[in-house]
Amino acid sequence: MGNVIGIGAAPKRKEDQRFLTGRGNYVSDIKRPGMTAGVFVRSPHGHAVIRGIDKTAALAAPGVIAVLSGEDVAADGLGSLPCGWGISDAQGVPMKEPPFPMLAQGKARFVGDMVAFVVAETAEQANSAAELLNVDYEVLPSVVGVLEAVRPGAPQLFDDVPNNICCDWELGDKAAVETAFRKAAHVARLSLVNNRLIGNPMEPRAAIAEYEPGTDRHTLWSTSQFPHVVRFLMGALVLNIPQHKLRVVAPDVGGGFGVKQFHYGEEAVITWAARRVMRPVKWVASRSEGYVSDRHGRDHVTEAELALDEHGKFLAFRVKTLANMGGYLSTFGPNIPTNLYGPLLGGVYTTPAIYCNVKVVFTNTVPVDAYRGAGRPEATFVLERIVDVAATEMGIDRVELRRRNMIPKEAYPYQTPVLVQYDSGDPIGCLDGALVAADVKNFGVRKAASARKGKFRGLGYSTYVEACGLAPSRFAGRLGARGGLYESATVRVHPTGQVTVMIGTHNHGQGHETTFAQIVSDKLGVAFENIDIVFGDTDRVQFGMGTYGSRSLVVGGAALSKATDKVIVKGKKIAAHLLEASEMDIQFEAGKFSVAGTDRTKTFEEIAGAAYVPHDYPLEVLEPGLEEQAYYDPVNFTYPGGCHIAEVEVDPETGTVTLVNYTAVDDVGTVINPMIVEGQLHGGIVQGVGQALYENAVYDEGSGQLLSGSLMDYCMPRADHLPMMTVATHSTLCTHTPMGVKGCGEVGTIGSPAAVINAVVDALSHLGVTHVDMPATPNRIWRLLQNASLPVAAE
Amino acid sequence: MQISFTLNGRPTTMDVDPATLVAELLRERLNLTGTHIGCDTSQCGACVVHLDGLPVKSCTLLAPALDGATLVTIEGLQGAPGSNRLHPMQEAFRENHGLQCGFCTPGMVMTAVALARDKPGLTEAEVRHGLEGNICRCTGYQNIVLSVMAGADAMHAAKGE
Repeated sequence: MGNVIGIGAAPKRKEDQRFLTGRGNYVSDIKRPGMTAGVFVRSPHGHAVIRGIDKTAALAAPGVIAVLSGEDVAADGLGSLPCGWGISDAQGVPMKEPPFPMLAQGKARFVGDMVAFVVAETAEQANSAAELLNVDYEVLPSVVGVLEAVRPGAPQLFDDVPNNICCDWELGDKAAVETAFRKAAHVARLSLVNNRLIGNPMEPRAAIAEYEPGTDRHTLWSTSQFPHVVRFLMGALVLNIPQHKLRVVAPDVGGGFGVKQFHYGEEAVITWAARRVMRPVKWVASRSEGYVSDRHGRDHVTEAELALDEHGKFLAFRVKTLANMGGYLSTFGPNIPTNLYGPLLGGVYTTPAIYCNVKVVFTNTVPVDAYRGAGRPEATFVLERIVDVAATEMGIDRVELRRRNMIPKEAYPYQTPVLVQYDSGDPIGCLDGALVAADVKNFGVRKAASARKGKFRGLGYSTYVEACGLAPSRFAGRLGARGGLYESATVRVHPTGQVTVMIGTHNHGQGHETTFAQIVSDKLGVAFENIDIVFGDTDRVQFGMGTYGSRSLVVGGAALSKATDKVIVKGKKIAAHLLEASEMDIQFEAGKFSVAGTDRTKTFEEIAGAAYVPHDYPLEVLEPGLEEQAYYDPVNFTYPGGCHIAEVEVDPETGTVTLVNYTAVDDVGTVINPMIVEGQLHGGIVQGVGQALYENAVYDEGSGQLLSGSLMDYCMPRADHLPMMTVATHSTLCTHTPMGVKGCGEVGTIGSPAAVINAVVDALSHLGVTHVDMPATPNRIWRLLQNASLPVAAE
Repeated sequence: MQISFTLNGRPTTMDVDPATLVAELLRERLNLTGTHIGCDTSQCGACVVHLDGLPVKSCTLLAPALDGATLVTIEGLQGAPGSNRLHPMQEAFRENHGLQCGFCTPGMVMTAVALARDKPGLTEAEVRHGLEGNICRCTGYQNIVLSVMAGADAMHAAKGE
């Protein structure tokens, strides 16, 4: 009999054994009898009319079973890929929503747009045949940047989307902001770019589909963060497959970061193709194929203005952003730069008036959607950069200016001027904790030491708040969500007292099998090793919205907590009968049901046994069995927040920026497993550091070619880029989630880009540098230093 | 062509197309799917195996190179066959939370074992440099570095016993 391992403990992860020994079960590991291989033919042009496709040679190639194109999709009357959010402009005019066909119809709109699908006996044969497919393209000029896309005369992606503008969205009180700006003692202004990113989970996307004619059932194995949502979107809206005839399985998934939380055309094409060829079909993306088909992230161009009074109090904040959507609207696309961006522009500050205008723009690039943080890192970057600009211009210390404007702990719950109400937080506590942890008071000594080596050292601060735990369905519905955002969990107690949990979130690195088992172990007093967590299969799990937006513990954990409470309620009824006591007198503690004030007890196992062998059982009033289910819809978002401090060293000879210290103090609410939380923070921070220093998805204007098309061209953070980070939590409890949790998956990525860039600017401030765009590559910094035309030596 | 090699301690002979990559051979023919393929430019290191004791990226190695060689994959790194006993490096990764999604893990562990094998007392800088050919997107490397240092110590302590 093992031990109860509860909330706050740090057991080693249940999932590790299979991953450490090479026994994980990823989609690309799966083989099915009679399996065929599928290969997508993708547009090599950013923008082109497809005049015709000649399949003759490809069909005649050895091993080829089928060649499918947009015409076949149309002939079968299939739907286009749905967008899960519908936003509107200030007048209530809905966004432009051109269809997103699963295989291109008449026109290709980005390099990588799917034109055809070749199925053959082997992957080699499918690849060879794909090269024989004769697609007659009429190449059109491409437009890839948002500034270029909205200019008069720019190439137009869609006939009915003038100026490529999908939606001209706004939020906040424009008039109040204008009034405040007129009264301001100082206005800080900043233009910046939030660089385009490629998510790069280490496992490339993959899918296998199979059709069973005997039962008319379809099965799709997919590298997905949300199999139930894929079943709904693909079955109900694209392929017209009834939900009970479609099973979607997302087994072990090798990282997601948002990239795998969309319904992709590949999933629909493969499922449709498997039925047509009556054989299982498998597709595994190469990394390079992923680069031109995985949804990208970020890609904003922004102008921001912050109005301050003479004491440095923020009076108003005005932000205008052009946000790149790529060639089509992806599942969450238009929601990211609007609803997950504008409402976070208040940050941890008391800014009374905020106005945000976002033009959501189509371009000839891969569709842009959520990537870890999704909208919130962009908001944090704009705000925390301009606070530094204002501090420099007004001659106020950066920390002091932040402190003067922070929401005091006692002012929570705090209503912002941009929709959201923060339930809890302590930004000043996080700031103070971070100042100590980062040893800021001795920074001058370290800076002088760097200077002696000819290096420029800089310190950068970022505070942030994020809205996560996506999401309160009613609130999201008002913002344009077309679905609910609750979560579900089933707690199945077996006759012997062991427990299996079925939950609708998806584990792809977050440690759910461990954290969720701790919750059940804590609440039911069942040994940790006697609890298994099942996820990722629509045939095994009742329903669920999956994992994204730091929602799994917040929303899924709450559903699990509720279902566990129901098990206890039923257990008490059974115990009352067995112990011949009133239900009101039964207590449940440490895995035992007892009659208050007596030594009469029944163990959890005894109650489970009685529930399944109901010889002595109140069958007249109670059903046998011990299995409970709960759905949970949150009443508000949760608002993790914190303070990050980055310290960098710049080598003026080469322009190389080295991150030398990193400190994060985060408020993530109740911590269930501190080991896992720290791991989430480390990974999140480094993804933000990647954006700040290394990563950049670059397209060629005109041709629409992706120049950073492989891991050789797109720089990912590596072990030798990084120092040991210091992470700590300074938690206030969420007031509306059952366990006080807030979520921690995205906080690192939200806080870090601004902290790093603020540190780089600080390091170069003596040269008059006031802003550096991301990524701060050696090339960019070296050029900046040359243009500063100052002596390169530090002293 | 026919090749003979030792695979995870077992003599193996098979017919292969000489154009087959070792990663492909392991995954598709031998059902050893612990060796992962994360890229197409030999950058990510998810496919690292040991060829005659040296860490190699099996996605850039052709099957004929195996002839006469000894190959160890992540599946062969375990303790006794069929047991759950972990190699000290695998144990160190578990103890130090050196993995999240698990996809880069086999390559990381294989690289780490080779890195630690001949060098007691690895420094943090040596570990970070030694992992330059392996990409992880989940962990920020911090706990991987701690795992490798702990695993290296454990390997050398075990050797000394």
